[in-house]
Amino acid sequence: MAYFTQQLINAITLGAIYGLIAIGYTMVYGIIGMINFAHGEVFMIGAFISLIGFMICSMLGIGSAPVAIVLVLLIAMAFSSVYGWAVERAAYRPLRGSFRLAPLISAIGVSIALQNYVQLVQGARPKPGGQIVSGGFNLFSLDGFDVRVSWLQIIIVLVTIVLMGGFTWLIARTSLGRRQRACEQDMKMAALLGVDVDRTISLTFVLGAALAAVAGTLFLMYYGVIDFFIGFLAGIKAFTAAVLGGIGSLPGAMLGGLLIGVIEVFWAAYFSSEYKDVAAFGILVLVLIFRPTGLLGKPEIEKV
Amino acid sequence: MRDPRLPNMPGTSMLKDAALTALVAAALGIFIVGFRTVDVGSRTGLAFDYHFADLGVAIVVIFLGRLGLSLAAMGLRWPAIALGVAMIAAGASPMKLPSGFLHWFVALGGVLLVIRAVWPWADQAIHAAARTPTGRVVDKIGTEWVGRGLGWVLLGLAVVMPFTPFADQKTMDLGVLILTYVMLGWGLNIVVGLAGLLDLGYVAFYAVGAYAYALLSTQHGLGFWAVLPLAGMFAATFGILLGFPVLRLRGDYLAIVTLGFGEIIRLVIINWYDFTNGPAGIGSIPGPTLFGAVFAETAPAGGQTVSEMLGIPFHGIHRLIFLYYIILLLALVTNIFTQRMRRLPVGRAWEALREDETACKALGINPTNTKLTAFAVGAMFAGFAGSFFAAKQRFISPESFTFIESAIILSIVVLGGMGSQIGVVLAAVLLIGLPEWFRELGNYRMLAFGLAMVLIMVYRPRGLIGHREPSIRLHPVASGGSG
Amino acid sequence: MNGQAAPLIEVEHLTMRFGGLVAIDDVSFIGLPHAITAIIGPNGAGKTTVFNCITGFYKPTVGRLLMRGDREYLLERMLGHEIGQRARVARTFQNIRLFPAMSVLENLLVAQHNKLMVASGYSVFGLLGLRRYRDSEAAAIALARSWLERIDLVAAADRPAGQLPYGAQRRLEIARAMCTEPRLLCLDEPAAGLNPRESSELNQLLVSIRDRDGIGVLLIEHDMSVVMNISDHVVVLDYGRKIAEGAPAAVQRDPAVIRAYLGTDDTGPSDSSPPLGGEAR
Repeated sequence: MAYFTQQLINAITLGAIYGLIAIGYTMVYGIIGMINFAHGEVFMIGAFISLIGFMICSMLGIGSAPVAIVLVLLIAMAFSSVYGWAVERAAYRPLRGSFRLAPLISAIGVSIALQNYVQLVQGARPKPGGQIVSGGFNLFSLDGFDVRVSWLQIIIVLVTIVLMGGFTWLIARTSLGRRQRACEQDMKMAALLGVDVDRTISLTFVLGAALAAVAGTLFLMYYGVIDFFIGFLAGIKAFTAAVLGGIGSLPGAMLGGLLIGVIEVFWAAYFSSEYKDVAAFGILVLVLIFRPTGLLGKPEIEKV
Repeated sequence: MRDPRLPNMPGTSMLKDAALTALVAAALGIFIVGFRTVDVGSRTGLAFDYHFADLGVAIVVIFLGRLGLSLAAMGLRWPAIALGVAMIAAGASPMKLPSGFLHWFVALGGVLLVIRAVWPWADQAIHAAARTPTGRVVDKIGTEWVGRGLGWVLLGLAVVMPFTPFADQKTMDLGVLILTYVMLGWGLNIVVGLAGLLDLGYVAFYAVGAYAYALLSTQHGLGFWAVLPLAGMFAATFGILLGFPVLRLRGDYLAIVTLGFGEIIRLVIINWYDFTNGPAGIGSIPGPTLFGAVFAETAPAGGQTVSEMLGIPFHGIHRLIFLYYIILLLALVTNIFTQRMRRLPVGRAWEALREDETACKALGINPTNTKLTAFAVGAMFAGFAGSFFAAKQRFISPESFTFIESAIILSIVVLGGMGSQIGVVLAAVLLIGLPEWFRELGNYRMLAFGLAMVLIMVYRPRGLIGHREPSIRLHPVASGGSG
Repeated sequence: MNGQAAPLIEVEHLTMRFGGLVAIDDVSFIGLPHAITAIIGPNGAGKTTVFNCITGFYKPTVGRLLMRGDREYLLERMLGHEIGQRARVARTFQNIRLFPAMSVLENLLVAQHNKLMVASGYSVFGLLGLRRYRDSEAAAIALARSWLERIDLVAAADRPAGQLPYGAQRRLEIARAMCTEPRLLCLDEPAAGLNPRESSELNQLLVSIRDRDGIGVLLIEHDMSVVMNISDHVVVLDYGRKIAEGAPAAVQRDPAVIRAYLGTDDTGPSDSSPPLGGEAR
């Protein structure tokens, strides 16, 4: 029981990170119906910017961890957003109305290019990030097994909850959210009604990238080490989360993220850690076959 | 002088636009490029190596490049060309830039700018020429030539290559490598180019073929020629097993599932020690034999070497030449098979599915089965190529079957022009051959592949060779009846 | 009209709901062989949804779709492609769906896919280049050619279908549907976007399909001149319900039909029908 609780805590932490990335996939899919393969790389770049940000903070002598974390989060969100924006502007926008596979192929191109760009300028070796927040407390002990919650885990879950709340508010209550939902429903009609579709799509990418950057910061803090390749696996898992939750659905992305976190952690804890990534892929395939609309998604009506 | 239809942008807004682009570039680069993290010792972790000079130069280049593109878009051809030439000169000059890469960056930017500036001009000239009667004939011959003639010329070159003076160890190695990718490209072209299914895990089937040969030969003593068809069958079976559940999904789901499947196969190979020997890989894989004779200096007990059989002195290159002809043959089989399939109902149904799946359903075509055949046939050729790879390398490990390989094959297909056979050859020579000749650029190869995929989708989505010859004609073409 | 023949297709109590939206509400009608049955109605009446149910793109919520051929088929129980393959129902689309990069001839050969697949021994005989396959391919080309003659596109046979002018694409789509050798042809607004000359050529083509090929035609059409000139029987839908049915001249005089078409123009919505915006696009 204690072991189970401990794994559950770990799973929720990991799930929060996947959920944040998954939102970017789900939003972009909702609005323009494409899988943004490069989204995982934006997450990776967010993690790198965070690493560099933390190093700059320590050089500037910012000793307080909360200040450093907030600063780094803001920097990572701001500068990763530029990546999200630039990718959409340069690689996807010119392809609207091109043939079916064009945006997908372009997205894969962007993904490969970004990965290798970071590898070239930052090197291929894993980068240790050091420990920014340490310590924690014992939740309870059972049969000589301590169930621990680290401060870091609390920070990760809190940051995720705050961002999710803010984000849900943004989509439900602001004019940006309304424009976005209008574009999801019918892009042509939205344009006729005076919605600036290009701008709305750009903003969607910017928001998705900002959340992915937060995930990058949290990932760096949680694992303490990153490399140029982390976007690939995390991206696939987050995409799985988005599909599992129901692609296009924001609460679905969060739920899916949590479930993927749970599955991965428990698989590793109870079966084998070698095959934990296989488990994630296996679930993706199973969900797509048996319930392609995911848990919270709406069935898609084929338009003929 | 200027074409009035072109956009007219005042100089200030052009500058503003270029400045904005430079600003975006600065924001993109400031952390990732400006602060390079490097290892120092074990305890202290990381330190910075600052690269602001590189970043500065890159931003200036981007500013000028964007300005040049605006000029070109406005039809101000000469200023744009002058700017491009100046950039090429700066890149080629011995001027001290912070890094060697920047020389390439500046020069390449200049080349692209000049191409962009000259493009409408060249395009116009070609179109004007095509309107004259002689032009029409030339155009027709040109299309025909690319369609048929060029293929034969390339085939002829490929056949005689080993007997030319260039055929040293290095060139033959490169030839085998390029042909392997040509074959893989042709195989993937069935799936992506003809059937329009984006398969991002193609390398998985290559791996199945390679491990099939490696295991059957090292553990059961089967020869290359016996395993070859089996390997194709295994790979095709994997294709069907994977394809059956996922091929009814939307195209982009298929892409990510195949991507996942490619990784699953690799992870299984890494982790299933008993069967695959894990990350250490499998060694001492026997090479292919020629009528039972081996390519080696001394024959195994009861065997015969090829040099003994032919009565020629042993030379290491013989093995390479033999491998070269095997892969040439396999690639040709792939090509001919594909060409025939394209003219059969199933091949036409592949292309029809690529064009419009809904219409296919309305015509009574079973989309899942049709996709499945494309997927299985594509997988089969990857399986053949995989066993060839194992026989050539004599050692395989999971490292050879990463996503990067799938990405390289896909970019060959995309660059060549989806569905074009000759395009794949040109793209393979370009993408595999060039980086081998320019070793120093090797590190930038994948970066360039990624960027190339984007640029092709944006500017030339039909690839280098975009011409599609109908699979059948009601009215035979007047000029050539050889077809 | 051939009154005593058994109906080719019987649509019974067809209902289609999308979530809470009732796109078709208990619609029944029949389509006879050797006859053109027109389905008309204002925008959003659910006409295309009826087609999508018949051709298997939607599974009807309630209802029976009985198609008579070599045997009786219940279309609502069949997969989309089986309806074309076995029940032999062919259709065209409101927004033309050709295979644009493929040549005109190839479009017509793809339509004969199932027949040719069998003849090519599921590609085996074809790969071997056997006589048997070559003969049936020649027969398929002959059929395609005869249709190209009928729609006057022989000269364009080797051009990409996407490069044809609009009217030619419409005709080609009909010819492609006919190359599947259907028993029932469903045409979704075939006259949309045609000029008067093309429209009258289309009328002749449809009449010849009925009289020469002897199959049943279901026709969704807005162009009343087409409907009144060539249809044998007219079904009128409004807000997903059938409001009238009968011979063209009779339907034209039906007060319910006049109200459905003109009522909204003159006096605003006079009846209390629920406002359905729900024609599937």
